[in-house]
Amino acid sequence: MFKTILIANRGEIACRVIKTARRMGIRTVAVYSDADAHALHVQMADEAHHLGPPPAAESYLLADKIIEIAKASGAEAIHPGYGFLSENARFSKACDEAGIAFIGPKPHTIEAMGSKARAKQLMAEAGVPMLPGYQGEEQSTDVFKAEADRIGYPVLLKAAAGGGGKGMRIVQRAEDLEAELESAKREAMSAFGDDRFIVEKFLSAPRHVEVQVFGDSHGSVVHLFERDCSVQRRYQKVVEEAPAPNIHDDTRAALHKAAVDAARKVDYVGAGTVEFLYDGADGVFFMEMNTRLQVEHPVTEEITGLDLVEWQLRVAAGEPLPLQQDDIQAKGHAMEARLYAEDPSQNYLPQVGRLQDFAVGTHLTVQDVALRVDTGVEAGSEITPFYDPMIAKVIVRAETRSEASLSLAEHLSHAVIDGLETNRDQLVQILRHEEFVAAPPSTKFLTDHPLDGIEEPTDTDYILGAFSYLKARGQHGWKAGEVGLGFRLNGPSVGVVTFEGSDKPVSVRIELNGIAGRAQVDDETYHLTVRTTVREQGDGVDQTLSVSLGDETYAIASCFWRGESEIGFYTDDRVRWLTLYDPFASAGAAEAGEAALSSPMPATVTGVKVVAGDRVEAGDVLVTLEAMKMETVIKAPAAGEVTAVHFQQGDSAPKGAKLLDLSTE
Amino acid sequence: MPVLSTELETASAEFRRRLAEMEPLIEELRTKVTEARQGGGPERNARHKKRGKMLARERVNALIDPGSDFLEVGQLAANGMYSGDIHCAGIIAGIGMVEGRQCMIAANDPTVKGGTYHPMTVKKHLRAQEIAEENELPCIYLVESGGAFLPMQDEVFPDKDDFGRIFYNQAQMSAKGVPQISVVHGSSTAGGAYVPAMSDETVIVKNQGTIFLAGPPLVKAATSEVVSAEDLGGGDVHTRISGVSDHLAENDAHALAIAREIVRTLPQSDVHSAGFDAPLYPSFELRGCAEADLYKPFDVKEIIARIVDGSQFTEFKARYGETLVCGFAEIEGMPVGILGNNGVLFAESAQKGAHFVELCCARKIPLLFLQNITGFMVGKDAEHGGIAKHGAKMVTAVSCANVPKVTVIVGGSYGAGNYGMCGRAYQPRFLFMWPNARISVMGGSAAANVLATVREDAMAAKGQTWTDEERADFKKPIEDQFEEQGSPYYSTARLWDDGIIDPADTRQVVAMSLRAALNAPIEDTRFGVFRM
Repeated sequence: MFKTILIANRGEIACRVIKTARRMGIRTVAVYSDADAHALHVQMADEAHHLGPPPAAESYLLADKIIEIAKASGAEAIHPGYGFLSENARFSKACDEAGIAFIGPKPHTIEAMGSKARAKQLMAEAGVPMLPGYQGEEQSTDVFKAEADRIGYPVLLKAAAGGGGKGMRIVQRAEDLEAELESAKREAMSAFGDDRFIVEKFLSAPRHVEVQVFGDSHGSVVHLFERDCSVQRRYQKVVEEAPAPNIHDDTRAALHKAAVDAARKVDYVGAGTVEFLYDGADGVFFMEMNTRLQVEHPVTEEITGLDLVEWQLRVAAGEPLPLQQDDIQAKGHAMEARLYAEDPSQNYLPQVGRLQDFAVGTHLTVQDVALRVDTGVEAGSEITPFYDPMIAKVIVRAETRSEASLSLAEHLSHAVIDGLETNRDQLVQILRHEEFVAAPPSTKFLTDHPLDGIEEPTDTDYILGAFSYLKARGQHGWKAGEVGLGFRLNGPSVGVVTFEGSDKPVSVRIELNGIAGRAQVDDETYHLTVRTTVREQGDGVDQTLSVSLGDETYAIASCFWRGESEIGFYTDDRVRWLTLYDPFASAGAAEAGEAALSSPMPATVTGVKVVAGDRVEAGDVLVTLEAMKMETVIKAPAAGEVTAVHFQQGDSAPKGAKLLDLSTE
Repeated sequence: MPVLSTELETASAEFRRRLAEMEPLIEELRTKVTEARQGGGPERNARHKKRGKMLARERVNALIDPGSDFLEVGQLAANGMYSGDIHCAGIIAGIGMVEGRQCMIAANDPTVKGGTYHPMTVKKHLRAQEIAEENELPCIYLVESGGAFLPMQDEVFPDKDDFGRIFYNQAQMSAKGVPQISVVHGSSTAGGAYVPAMSDETVIVKNQGTIFLAGPPLVKAATSEVVSAEDLGGGDVHTRISGVSDHLAENDAHALAIAREIVRTLPQSDVHSAGFDAPLYPSFELRGCAEADLYKPFDVKEIIARIVDGSQFTEFKARYGETLVCGFAEIEGMPVGILGNNGVLFAESAQKGAHFVELCCARKIPLLFLQNITGFMVGKDAEHGGIAKHGAKMVTAVSCANVPKVTVIVGGSYGAGNYGMCGRAYQPRFLFMWPNARISVMGGSAAANVLATVREDAMAAKGQTWTDEERADFKKPIEDQFEEQGSPYYSTARLWDDGIIDPADTRQVVAMSLRAALNAPIEDTRFGVFRM
């Protein structure tokens, strides 16, 4: 076994590899860019080397430099993780030439699987079921027309060198084919410098099912069961699970066999994934083979109890596979959710900044459910714009699929994530969505259900949230038969809690005379009654509050905190979260808006692009300044109307001078 | 500690009668308070809110810790005075918890005559400051006031306890280390400008708060300079140019959040929160513990049993001077020496009271007076027995006692009894009244009889007489005057007390008062000469 390995990656996968290496007594060498100087993987590794500036092309993609570092640090092998250099045949070859083991398949395997067209050809030869299609060299429009007619519409046009959805076209009717092909070719040419295309049958609502395979250098190939990764947004997996649910045993067996056949065909060594489209009616079709460890490998590890990174290391060191096919067993159901720093309601806009606080599973344990968090960040880490904005993979293993999805939702819901917008709420919505819980969805799930993580709280939510907060933070806590609102002389007791609303703060004022009273949410008034019940529980006393609003009675037991500003409470068997209003935060935003319209230094006004009365959108250029031979552009911090312009072209603006007034209402 | 047993039968006709007589009084109180809490009324309030501002009470609620208690003082100040609508005297005052620290909060209500200072406004502001100073409570002034109410400037401006005293107090308190914090939510003009200017730390709301000695109209008249209020003394000016204010806030909520942050830098109050037992009897029974008709006696021990922890009371000298009940107890875990009246004060009761006050001062135990007193005993026997000097002993003891004193008038408060039982002049830290209480130098009919007798004697000297009818006609206006002026509302409107409370809230109010009082260290007491 290797004594030292280098991990040519960052983030959670680098940390993941280091963990296994450490368990096996292997020294680890990390590499990092300027942006990752303080990253977790750098802290965890035994040794770390600087690569270069943040952009990947100047750091994590510097194959030669990485090999140099590997040599200098005495690393005998390089683990490429996923992404970056993991499927780069030249890198794999360069490693070989440098006498360093590349932890992954042989260069020719990577090469063969790297071209979609070639991969399909090879797979078809191996008898792997293929989606009807055409991968030929002949690229004339007539050939495509004829092939499309043979396959049957709708068809999918795909750039042979493409990926990530670029250069893809769905063609519904024969008469559209020519135009679509032409425009797709143009796009492919500019994106990949290659306008060769393939055409195949388009499945309208398939599932994405993939099989984990493993080969060793002694000719053995096994599969480690399959995963379902159908929940995707823009071809990016969001939720993954193993095993793939609702598949007939015969189909499943056929899948496994096809995957193993595929791997054998290309002398597969190491961890690989054979991806299929599964359509209940039409069957299973080969899609592509990934010659690396997949992001979603943990769900396979969870059901098999195996460490795939350990297997990779053993195989790369020339050892045979640790287990034979018959010894590999799966148990339970595992599910993974990818937590991203992105805003689903804003077209998945990546979020950049400091992760103030981050903790999963610290406030909650779900019985009989194992929780695993694979992450490369911790509280205080920076999420930079240079790499994938994934914060963590949260994985659970439970007895059944529904237990897994609901407990994963629960864990995500309770996770403390502070400082950045994330897709957490969207993940929770998916995992609790009745269609998702009832049956595995298709890859169209998020298209059909554009969940954006936004659920407008109702007035009832706000009222219950206020009670939860007052229960948690009230001066007296709860006394039996008494609600802990603030005493007022000769009037009802009062509690006022203000939450963040969708556009402005929402104030909830609760007034009680004994058990009866009212709640005012902004201008709406609701009558309510409140009772407390006290139950001895262990050493403490468990106090439940029953709030009757209209015909409904809600029980409020304990509440939860995410950081200092978010409070959660159960309603309808799920946790509803509300954010406490922070006057400082909104004032800060207003102030930042002001500052954004001021001259940051003594400068000359070189251009005024607006006049009073103009409507502007966020980001519009308002004024240009020149100072110290550098241009500074003042942009609108938000949409609004210019109400006054204080400087003209050629004027000198002192530091801090307000250049113009913008009404953002 | 021994537990007080109750003789009060809640099922009895007597209890029900007392309850039935007390409840309308509580209803009347609630009605008046509900109206007063409206401030300038729904229309003015709506107009105020439309400008994006919070109402004065909303500001208080946003300033104090959510769901925490607020002990309002002078709630019905100016009730029925002036134009009848100067609710709460145009300023809300009380003790609230801010970031875990007890603070005195005084919030101008701009919906009441623009938050201008009437004589009672000044008196209430000064009373709030007095409470703050005595109990070492940081002061937070939520300012939005047009300054003195000009039509009454003679009653507001010149005297010792007038407007200027507010700033004198600020300086004095600041010197003693009692923090002075202002939040300027609106105009703070002329004399009013000194509230923020005299504060240790000041917050001002942008495009809303203004501080200037003279507003734009006066400036124009004086110097013909034309300037907007914001440019003259707005938040930007005072935080960026003049330095009159220290923090600029975007809006009311932000300003109050800043004020909370300021308080967070102050030393934390030592809040007594150790566990304690509730009284054995429910608090609402207090409403049936007293008589609305003060000619009828009631037992003060029934009240004590319902306000002290576990209804436990260690009585002192139970067999001596029985008309004054003295003893030790705890209220929400805070030790307290209680003096309660069970009849007129005799020489023995007065000596016992003086002795008990000395005891409490020696042990640094706060005092609670439960007043229901017609006065000291009169008559030849009493005078010969030296009731005056024995009463003086008690008055000396109460005057000099340097432990916190809290007085609740649960019935009558007449004559020298008021003095011996720590009336307003004896500077209790807090003084509250029940709605059945009465306060005057003597009872109305007694006063009418005295004056009628004097008149009769004068007529007799001239050889005149009057009919019974004439006598009754003479007495009627005197009785009416005493009836009106003896009312708790007459008292509370003039700030002779800190508020009228529902008897059922007595334990809570006393506990909050004691907790506030304990914010300041208890000083040693040195008594004056006791006439022996």
